[in-house]
Amino acid sequence: MTGASETRAILAVSGVDKTFTMHLQGGQRLPVLRELAFEVHEGECVALGGASGAGKSSILKMVYGNYAVDRGSIVLQARGSVIDIAAAGPRQVLAARRDAVGYVSQFLRCVPRVAALQIVAEPLLQRGVRAAEARDRAAELLARLAIPERLWALPPATFSGGEQQRVNIARGFVTELPLLLLDEPTASLDVRNREVVIELIREKLARGTAILGIFHDAEVRDAVARRVVSVEMFAAPAGAAA
Amino acid sequence: MNDAQPLLEVRSAGHRYGNRYGCRDVDLDLWPGEVLAVVGESGSGKTTLLGTLSQRLSLTEGSVRYRLADGTVADLAELSEAAVRRLWRTEWGFVHQNPADGLRMHVSAGGNVGEPLMATGWRHYGRVRAAAADWLQRVEIPVDRIDDPPVTFSGGMRQRLQIARNLVVSPRLVFMDEPTSGLDVSVQARLLDLIRSLAAELSLAVIIVTHDLAVARLISHRTLVMKDGRVIESGLTDRVLDDPQAAYTQLLVSSILQG
Repeated sequence: MTGASETRAILAVSGVDKTFTMHLQGGQRLPVLRELAFEVHEGECVALGGASGAGKSSILKMVYGNYAVDRGSIVLQARGSVIDIAAAGPRQVLAARRDAVGYVSQFLRCVPRVAALQIVAEPLLQRGVRAAEARDRAAELLARLAIPERLWALPPATFSGGEQQRVNIARGFVTELPLLLLDEPTASLDVRNREVVIELIREKLARGTAILGIFHDAEVRDAVARRVVSVEMFAAPAGAAA
Repeated sequence: MNDAQPLLEVRSAGHRYGNRYGCRDVDLDLWPGEVLAVVGESGSGKTTLLGTLSQRLSLTEGSVRYRLADGTVADLAELSEAAVRRLWRTEWGFVHQNPADGLRMHVSAGGNVGEPLMATGWRHYGRVRAAAADWLQRVEIPVDRIDDPPVTFSGGMRQRLQIARNLVVSPRLVFMDEPTSGLDVSVQARLLDLIRSLAAELSLAVIIVTHDLAVARLISHRTLVMKDGRVIESGLTDRVLDDPQAAYTQLLVSSILQG
């Protein structure tokens, strides 16, 4: 973690364990992570590395408050406040999502009937940005991500996978939050759009955003990430269950 | 959702039918602007809980405290009947599963929306009609249907009219009992989107009972899972649905049909 000591940790994870208990399989316990610990500083991008199934997506979901943790802390520096997501109640998690942490999931969860432009503008509207400005900023991102203007007024349910993912990226990048979580942001994109996403990530980093991501594409990872946290170092020992 | 104090504080609430509990030991807080889903199978006690919180069923045990518009906090069990009726006219709404239970089916749409205003003292006919027309528009009912009674409307239109009739008086807390379950899927989506955007826009607190987890996911911030009259799991909606802890919640989530 050298080289990052001059800057502030936006995210500090320490001592986190995660186990899934599968009640439908006779209460089988599936330990995934043990003593997970790492930091992400402002203006740096950290990649999560490791084989599929190692728990990379679970880590993003825990940091976003979407998954519970067994123990440990996930401390986020929001603007002027500090919150431990691992211990936070629902309203605090929602406040952290508003003020501190954004998340680009692998797939766009389509809200029926809502137009693409509106989906991208919504995070700004929820934070009190005026409608006209929110629409302008959403339009700018959709244009950069090569979503044809004739699609902006349509709900993305009928878009192609790549188009949906670009709408998803636009929605995640439209706000300026201290921490951004990216789960395979370039998975279904062509080369040109991949370059745009790399550019967008670099712009965020230059503005001080801390980024934690999963990038299977080594080229993208090397282009943006300062270091890789190997999730396998924190694998729960097999048989630690029971 | 920024208010420092909850609108509704429920502690150890229960309702007993004879010697059997319909719901029991329920604790919850609800803040302005917050949508709370109560999910569970039929017979889980979710509708009894809604009835108990909304004073339609007696509170057999525990307490329900409500922060009135003037800032004072009232213990609902101690309010007079007149005070409760006043709450229903000015601060609370109830959206029934069957629109016929919440509408006057043979009175014009405009009358259905205007009536609650007149009950709170509006007297000027032109203003009542203008407000009704405005609300028809907000719930996406063509204004030229203002003189038609809901008995001539489709199911989706009736449900949107019921929502307009409830929201026209700017309530602070709205109870909803399976508001979309009688509707076609495409009509459901439209109604949910409407509820979602109106709740955010008006900073409404909503308690919505549903057996449909997709409905909970789409519009609620928090979810309570009920079984056998008790809350067995609660929390942030996406966490309850994506990382359910209780065996019963895992069963419910795993039973969702994948589209």
